[in-house]
Amino acid sequence: MEDFEPVIIAFVCNWCTYTAADLAGTSRLIYPQNVRLIRVMCTGMVDPQYIIKAFLEGADGILVSGCHPGDCHYINGNYKARRRIKLLKEILPQFGFEPERLRLTWIGASDGIIFAEIMRDLAAQMKALGPNEAKLKMVI
Amino acid sequence: MATTAKIGVKDQDFLASLRDFFRSILQLEDISGVLAPKKLPMKNIVMPTLVTDPENLEGIDPLAPCFPLNAAKVVSRLTRKPMGGKVAVVLRPCETRAFIELVKLKQGSMEEIVLVGLDCLGAYKNTDYFRFAKENVTESTYRFCKSVLSGNGGRIEDIDLSPACKACEFPIPDNTDFLIGLFGVDTNDHLLIQSKTTAGDDIISRLDLPEMEEPPDRQEAVASLIAEHTAFRDNMFAETREAVDSLEKMTTYLANCVNCYNCRVACPVCYCKECVFVTDVFNHDPSQYLRWADRKGSIKIPTDTVFYHITRLAHMSTACVGCGQCSNACPNDIPVMELIRTVAQHTQKAFDYEAGRSLEEDPPLSVFREDEFDDVVGISAVIA
Repeated sequence: MEDFEPVIIAFVCNWCTYTAADLAGTSRLIYPQNVRLIRVMCTGMVDPQYIIKAFLEGADGILVSGCHPGDCHYINGNYKARRRIKLLKEILPQFGFEPERLRLTWIGASDGIIFAEIMRDLAAQMKALGPNEAKLKMVI
Repeated sequence: MATTAKIGVKDQDFLASLRDFFRSILQLEDISGVLAPKKLPMKNIVMPTLVTDPENLEGIDPLAPCFPLNAAKVVSRLTRKPMGGKVAVVLRPCETRAFIELVKLKQGSMEEIVLVGLDCLGAYKNTDYFRFAKENVTESTYRFCKSVLSGNGGRIEDIDLSPACKACEFPIPDNTDFLIGLFGVDTNDHLLIQSKTTAGDDIISRLDLPEMEEPPDRQEAVASLIAEHTAFRDNMFAETREAVDSLEKMTTYLANCVNCYNCRVACPVCYCKECVFVTDVFNHDPSQYLRWADRKGSIKIPTDTVFYHITRLAHMSTACVGCGQCSNACPNDIPVMELIRTVAQHTQKAFDYEAGRSLEEDPPLSVFREDEFDDVVGISAVIA
């Protein structure tokens, strides 16, 4: 367990959180390498199936992150994302997934420092939580 | 307001009275057809049938314990564009509720139909129904109705109602133009008919049926039936929750699945013309299978079984009306209905939604509010 390194998949929106990640990078802020960013145009396009697939493939944590409420480039995509996360938080725990493995945050384009902080917190939390059951079992 | 009237029954033959009743509806000048379950002339099975000639109403059998498909899909086909005539549609309560979901999803319209609901006595699984009906559909329907209405339940010999029907808390139709009542009614003498809308009111008044009071025993009979079903349902929820509460158990639960997707095809509310699971997205590159197998030592093919089922729960559980056609369609007897209803109970409650309850309530994933569900946002929040 000591050397367990969690895999975290982060679906980040092009306009806010990805830009924040970019800012964190250009500002030379350090954050853990456990996070794999997937850039999407808007969190509103993150279908529940992407999250379910990532979990079943063994992702230890999943973050969906977009613009703050009211700031969505497409007006309301982040509100739709929030409903879908709510939905998944009702469904996934029924099958033994810890609800903490799925996170939703709002990180604005200028929040490079906050982005790095959240990634650090998230990696520490997932490390403490231990590996996702799907990685260890033949789940198909 | 609601009119309550009665349809007379002669010689205890309530099926004949129902046929006569539908004949009189079909003879109204503004009704072009009746869509109702009817015994097929060529075989002993009951299927939704659109009848326009009153002569062809012989064999109409809306009480047969036969539920080959959820007719909401049929009504959606009839109403997706203007039909050019009004049709009286006879549906089970779960079919009506599924149709309401479809209308909200813009897959049908209420414009040209008159919804008729009967108290639902339940149905058998398809394979059980064939064993039950044997050579004589009509005779078997009488045998079934007598057993249920005399209080002996739907179980006859070794054939029992489907789990979906036993767990159904909506045996009484809602949201129809009128309902035909059987529970708590002396069906040897008459059937109850009650209008629920002004359209229903209008039809009952034109049929010139004798008015009556609702029998005093009805409410009680209905309440005790619903209580029995609810108890069965809660037990089913508890058992299913326990059977799938880890990924390993979930994989065991679905181990018989061959990814035929019959449950999706049979589902009345799964309305996508092309489901993502039958697209090329899942036609993986052959080398992908080797990589997957390498990672875990072995892998079952077809793959993506648990993925498919959990995704269906995410996409459709908020619209599930619990009709049980998914279980009915499963070739390998996986209790699919039990799973989706157990999860749907949580997802529908989370959005304060009940599938099929009302045309006014928007499907939860089609709308949002600016100020809601803040509990799922942030990385310090722990939601149990």
